[in-house]
Amino acid sequence: MKTTILTLAAALIGGAAWAGETAPGDVVYADGAVEASLTGTPGDAANGAMVVGSKKHGNCVACHQVSALADVPFQGEIGPALDGAGSRWSEAELRGLVANAKLTFEGSMMPSFYRVDGYVRPGNAYTGKAPDGPLTPLLSAQEIEDVVAFLATLKDE
Amino acid sequence: MKVRAMTAIAALLAAPLAAVAGPDGDELVVNGEINMVTQTEAPAHLDGALPELYSGWRFRSDETQALQMDDFDNPAMVFVDQAQEAWDTADGTEGKSCASCHGDAAESMAGVRAVYPKWNEAAGEVRTLEAQVNDCRENRMGAKAWKYDGGDMAAMTALISVQSRGMPVNVAIDGPVQATWEMGKEIYYTRYGQLELSCANCHEDNYGNMIRADHLSQGQINGFPTYRLKNAKLNTAHARFKGCVRDTRAETFSPGSPEFVALELYVASRGNGLSVEGPSVRN
Repeated sequence: MKTTILTLAAALIGGAAWAGETAPGDVVYADGAVEASLTGTPGDAANGAMVVGSKKHGNCVACHQVSALADVPFQGEIGPALDGAGSRWSEAELRGLVANAKLTFEGSMMPSFYRVDGYVRPGNAYTGKAPDGPLTPLLSAQEIEDVVAFLATLKDE
Repeated sequence: MKVRAMTAIAALLAAPLAAVAGPDGDELVVNGEINMVTQTEAPAHLDGALPELYSGWRFRSDETQALQMDDFDNPAMVFVDQAQEAWDTADGTEGKSCASCHGDAAESMAGVRAVYPKWNEAAGEVRTLEAQVNDCRENRMGAKAWKYDGGDMAAMTALISVQSRGMPVNVAIDGPVQATWEMGKEIYYTRYGQLELSCANCHEDNYGNMIRADHLSQGQINGFPTYRLKNAKLNTAHARFKGCVRDTRAETFSPGSPEFVALELYVASRGNGLSVEGPSVRN
């Protein structure tokens, strides 16, 4: 009995977290910026750093240099270095840039990390095959918040 | 002196992030006798999209470059030898080999790679080298078509390419192929997949830059088929196209598809003036 209640409670909490998220199609942009948190849960900068540096997650360093992540090898030089991003941009602007940079910089090469439609021949991840269901965003809502929290720590010295 | 040395060391330590930029200045001479053009003026039809053309060879490390400078070191040459055997061996219901009609490949195939893909009047279509090989196999030899991007095919195109090494790529883009060329151009600039990346995003706007550990080239295909150290085999241009499109998180096109034939024609034309290098060596 106790176990059942605990499981139920866990399920409710899980469900509530999901319900509290803003879906990709419901994000409100103003001049490219997103004022409201996508989850209501403060971002975890340490996890954000992991997402930025990890090939399996955001892989932001494929294109951007981040001096704060000096231990991550092979940082790319496609986009601007992210050093000082937290001084250049507000939290809302950073959230908008990570979620869909094309609404700040029209035609930007940067992928939209929190968008699920409007693509040409989208595939099933990196299989080269057609998707077998609705697309999921490149990063989850909480991962976006975590990345934003990390970027906000990158202040000019 | 000590301070200067220290400064130099500091500079070296700081350098790795931005050390590599653009093509290097090396010159490619194969077997000490075939002078390859790895840098040349961009053809007029590019309308200034590239200031200059560079072979992908110029973006590779000295170690990788060296493998292509001597046929004894070039791992692709094993496959050229295999294809020479296939060239001379009868296959199919007609009892014919390639040599039955085309004789010595060194003579009959000289210059062929440089002008493909090209219009085939009788078929009324743009033909890639691979499509032409399979047409011969099926309709002249009565043999089974090879897999478009399989090992037999890649080896045969290597044998054919090697007869044109050092000759300038010179595919036609007008007349009957123009519509296909335009289609290829549109594909080149289309941002495919969930990452929304076009060929141009990386290979026109960012060649010379690092994307993670990869040094982006202009994506020229004058070196195909290419022996890649990464997968230790000969790779066709269409297999490479497929890999690139897949990496944009897109549903790819198939090797030999009309889309990739059009893209090959267009991309080949972006390299008009570079030397045929196939089979080249890349990482």
